[in-house]
Amino acid sequence: MAKSKNSRRGFLRGAATAAGVAGLTGAPIALAQQAALKPETTGSAPEVTSNQRPGSDFMVDVIKTLGFEYVAANPGSSFRGVQESIITYGGNKSPEWLTCCHEESSAAMAHGYFKIEGKPMMIMAHGTVGLQHASMAIYNAWCDRVPVYIVLGNILDINYRRGNAEWVHSVQDAAAMVRDYIKWDDTPVTLQHFAESAVRAYKIAMTPPFEPVAIVADGTLQEEPIAEKNLRIPKLVMSAPPQGEIAAVKQAAKMLVDAENPVIVAGRVARTPKGVDLLVELAETLQAPVMDQRLRMNFPTRHPLAGRPSLTNADVILSLETQDLWSSLNSQTGLNKFGMEFHRTANGKLIDISAVELNYRSNYQDFGHYLEPALSITGDVEATLPSLIEEVKKLLTADRKRALAERGAKVMEANRKARERDRELATLGWDASPISTARLSAELWAQVKNEDWSLVSTDNFQSAWPGRLWDFTKHYQYIGGQGGAGIGYGAPAAVGAALANRKYGRLTVNIQCDGDLNYAPGVMWTAAHHRIPMLSVMHNNRAYHQERMYLQMMGNKFDRGLGHSDIGTALNDPFIDYASIAKGYGWYAEGPINDPKDLGPALARAIARVKAGQPALLDTVTQPR
Amino acid sequence: MKTILILLTFFVFVFFSVPASAQLKPGNAENGKRLFMFNACYQCHGTVGQGGAAGARLAQTKLTLPGFIAFVRNPPPSNMPPYRAKIMSDQELADVYALIQTFPAPLNPANIPLLKE
Repeated sequence: MAKSKNSRRGFLRGAATAAGVAGLTGAPIALAQQAALKPETTGSAPEVTSNQRPGSDFMVDVIKTLGFEYVAANPGSSFRGVQESIITYGGNKSPEWLTCCHEESSAAMAHGYFKIEGKPMMIMAHGTVGLQHASMAIYNAWCDRVPVYIVLGNILDINYRRGNAEWVHSVQDAAAMVRDYIKWDDTPVTLQHFAESAVRAYKIAMTPPFEPVAIVADGTLQEEPIAEKNLRIPKLVMSAPPQGEIAAVKQAAKMLVDAENPVIVAGRVARTPKGVDLLVELAETLQAPVMDQRLRMNFPTRHPLAGRPSLTNADVILSLETQDLWSSLNSQTGLNKFGMEFHRTANGKLIDISAVELNYRSNYQDFGHYLEPALSITGDVEATLPSLIEEVKKLLTADRKRALAERGAKVMEANRKARERDRELATLGWDASPISTARLSAELWAQVKNEDWSLVSTDNFQSAWPGRLWDFTKHYQYIGGQGGAGIGYGAPAAVGAALANRKYGRLTVNIQCDGDLNYAPGVMWTAAHHRIPMLSVMHNNRAYHQERMYLQMMGNKFDRGLGHSDIGTALNDPFIDYASIAKGYGWYAEGPINDPKDLGPALARAIARVKAGQPALLDTVTQPR
Repeated sequence: MKTILILLTFFVFVFFSVPASAQLKPGNAENGKRLFMFNACYQCHGTVGQGGAAGARLAQTKLTLPGFIAFVRNPPPSNMPPYRAKIMSDQELADVYALIQTFPAPLNPANIPLLKE
């Protein structure tokens, strides 16, 4: 086998020299690190192929044309060629290599990064064990309609596998494991094939609905000298996003203008800052209340039309790429009942605008219930809103505008009262220990409101107190949650988002759930190592709280009592010292903080460290929700 | 209509029914706190009954003790599990109810600088 491999290398080397492809990018030959290896430590002397370039250099040429800022990876032998080319040949710039301690962290960092930056991050992983680690985070990205550009290492040719590790790290079809929840993948067998598929993958990932894609970088292609002639990199030409068909948009506009009590439900509306402006314009034109599912920063939280309107009373409901709207349209049997019963409680006409059905798959069930809309428009919401707004404006007469203004005034007054009520409710448990999530949110808001801040965690676990108390206006101030409800997303997604925020000088704030942090805390080291400033305030309720409640339901359902619901769910014996963990990873940290009066000063100290460029964590012991 | 009738029946039952526990001793808030924690009521309702996304506010509840017991025994369709007598007796629920009466009322947010807009 060794003889065969050497023979092929010699043949390819000769072919490459003859083809003269090394001049494609004009980069210097850089294989000095191979010569520097000591034979006694590696078992055999590495081959020095001077005056030639590996295929991975060309792969990097391709990758550079796609404009990635970063590539996140835990190192792996199956993509060592590309790694070496990125950091040496590519100068470790565009993309810059991010050292990760877990592939799930790599993928979730890319997830969080995209939702701030609006462009994908590349990640690399073994086609086997690395992708297995990354798969949950990729699924989250899929459910959250976020592109992650995945490059997988694999050694397809058995003659190039050395020893057990490379056999157990090899696979026939690397992307098969995640094919149900990525949009496209390919396994190129030549460098030219790699170039074409890499560019195509980027285009597919970045055409709404956004989703992850995967390209396999074959180990042999990476590591052998370039042998192909006339290699070229295709030009990336992006597609315009799919837009709702105009006749259907006109029909939707008429239904909305004629409606007496329309409600707009926003799921993933704003892909860009423009999306927020468009939704505001539509709501103000219609004087209609907006229920924001907070999967993105869609609508300013203190806008007078922002609220929690009743869908039961709505005669027209406009669903804009929502998630599980069905649960808001129907009532359903509680878990304590046997069997499943539901009935429709919201009977208004439903208009559904979404591009997601363009990308439905069969196996994973993230599409949810079939909604039975009165009008369904397949198209990207942000791309469709301009024509919808225009059609609505065309239909508005002076009389209708007056009627809508009267309706809007009532909606605004109801929302004003609801916000007042929220502030009153926030006082309940104000001085309690553990600290209430309302108090935590209020203390945090007081410290960040005069900064250029960005909250990079979902507020679902804090009874939505940030959304109820803070003034969210800009698109980067909120990025929603996991998508697939896969825990372990929070910490790495926050680091990825903080990385994107860094160059804009924003103060990144992460409310960090304790259960989530314990999945892959090594991402804290990545943040410290790459000097990514961010503030993490623990929502440390010392339990996998949601599951604890489910155990209570199960125990009560069969009259077995609740005394054991802490088994398997509580994280309290011993208490986990998150401040010490964070310090160990190179963060500034304080805690545990039990007294709410201590929180404000601690936040001020931590923010000062973040502004100086350091990640900081406060271990705040909190109420469950 | 059917839903309205069910809810009406439920609320009449909750507010006006007098269970066999009419002879209960006055509730013991201290024991109520032990039960509130042991039976994990606080997980959804908060340690001072402030409520939240997972459970209703208990502080300043308008329920009477019989209404409270009826509610806990047969909560309306929701994620609230029913607590039957095998898990908590009427007397124990009376103790929890006594604890709930000690939960502080909301403050005036105008007097809290952090909550001023």
